[in-house]
Amino acid sequence: MGRRRTRAIVANSLVALLTAVTLVPLVWMVTVSFMPRGASSQFPPPFWPERWSWENYYELLVRREIDGAWFDYRVLPALGNSLLIAVLATVLGLLLTIPAGYAFAKLRFTGRERLLKLLIAGLVVPGQVAMLPLFLLFKELGLVNSYAGVILPGLAGIFSVLFVRQAALAIPDEMLDAARLDGASEARIFRSIVLPLLAPITVTLALFLFLGSWNDFLWPLIVLTDQHKYTLPVAVAAIVREHAQDGELMMAASVVTTLPVLLIFLPLQRYYISGLLGGSIKG
Amino acid sequence: MSSQERTAWLFTAPVLAIIVAVLVLPVTLALALSLTDYSIYALADWDNVRFVGLGNFQELLRTALFWRALANTALFAVLGVPMAIGASLGAALLLHDTTVRWKALWRVALFAPYVTSVVATAVVWRFLLNTRFGLINYALSWLGLPPVDWLGDPHASIPAILLFVTWKIFGYNMIVFTAALSAVPQDLMEAARLDGASRWGRFRHVTLPAIGPTLLLASVMSVAGFLQIFAEPYVMTLGGPAQSTVTVLYFMFDEGFKWWNLGQASAVALILFVLILTITFVETRIGKRNQWL
Repeated sequence: MGRRRTRAIVANSLVALLTAVTLVPLVWMVTVSFMPRGASSQFPPPFWPERWSWENYYELLVRREIDGAWFDYRVLPALGNSLLIAVLATVLGLLLTIPAGYAFAKLRFTGRERLLKLLIAGLVVPGQVAMLPLFLLFKELGLVNSYAGVILPGLAGIFSVLFVRQAALAIPDEMLDAARLDGASEARIFRSIVLPLLAPITVTLALFLFLGSWNDFLWPLIVLTDQHKYTLPVAVAAIVREHAQDGELMMAASVVTTLPVLLIFLPLQRYYISGLLGGSIKG
Repeated sequence: MSSQERTAWLFTAPVLAIIVAVLVLPVTLALALSLTDYSIYALADWDNVRFVGLGNFQELLRTALFWRALANTALFAVLGVPMAIGASLGAALLLHDTTVRWKALWRVALFAPYVTSVVATAVVWRFLLNTRFGLINYALSWLGLPPVDWLGDPHASIPAILLFVTWKIFGYNMIVFTAALSAVPQDLMEAARLDGASRWGRFRHVTLPAIGPTLLLASVMSVAGFLQIFAEPYVMTLGGPAQSTVTVLYFMFDEGFKWWNLGQASAVALILFVLILTITFVETRIGKRNQWL
């Protein structure tokens, strides 16, 4: 038993160490964000604030007048933009892809298999190829610098459709056919039988869509030209280009950007991780 | 048309229409755009667009920075894939050990960086990698090593960004690998143990063949991911120092949305697309031939 015990101690300490090292950047981000301006620029670098201060958050989030000019990082509006865009992208994404995924799994229609093959082939196309023409198209349509312009490309959810299809394949055909024999309409079957069965993966997909939209960077950076419409990542990237030296301020901006997603992810992590495995096993 | 068929079209048509509008159509247009000299003048007036054939591609092959971007991107992939896959596998093997407790807790903590915003965490890592006040050089000083100018030295910039990327993404494949590890046949493991196979021998001859396909698939998908690096250099180095972190996508973004050479940028996007497609195809072919996939 002695050897097993040593091994248990070694393995558990290694895992704890690895976790600690992994979490250090995130913890440091939070502690530095509460340091007074300039306090982190010392050697050795301080890990804990000598004096906890809200000044970075105050400067970042509150609009102030300095020498008659309004001074504003527009982080609060960016938080609002990010939230609105992520919620819309999630809701619309679910509305579009859950019925489609179910149809591809369980409803018989001409051309289904061919369309399915095309969708799978479409998975390999990197989104960046579409971005340049899409920008020009959106410019003609007046969608540049609009929320719709940010959200639309993300709604082409090939992955989501295939993900829902994979889950819907597990619904027994007998169950649907029995409901049809009882005279239930297709809409009724979808609402009363299919949707409840797909509830768990709906949560998973909602998480994927929300986090994907929240963290998206390249496309919002391209399509949003007005600072007032910036999402958080775009706003933070713009601030860091000008205020790179203000470490404490930048950490506060990073906390504002990462905290909401961590708060959503942690209680729902089970759904996220199970979805990730479902996706990888079918490969 | 049966009621099932009508419902099916009602359910699938909206998303299919969007896919055509924002993916199929633009990708087709990208082909056309790459054959034109679309530039800032054309942005003002479509009459200024001329057909230039393969001119953009020829021009690119003569552009030193494009070659530099290709080389940098290749370096990101060649160093990054083993680094990230190795870290994922190491963490997964550690978590898989039967003596480890609170697995679910560790798993979530190790996965957490994956769900955070690249931009926000890249900002954090910029400070972690700071030459004078960063925690990383402080940790090196404990080991008696001199400080490294991570983001200022052209030889250190790619490894520095890769440290960040590995930290950010290793949790994803760690989860995938733990699932694969729990599917390794236990009776085979037990038989190898009874035959006196060493820990390494068991890993090499039992574990590795069992998780091989998963490992290969993860590597193939990682390559595509590393070829698309953009936000990290955009936030951490602005492509510098000495253009050492200009990636293909970074080059495309600058060419397209800083200089508004959209024709040229489209050519870059298509080259990247073809590269990703070819590499993925070759990798899966090799995998299939050796029956790893």
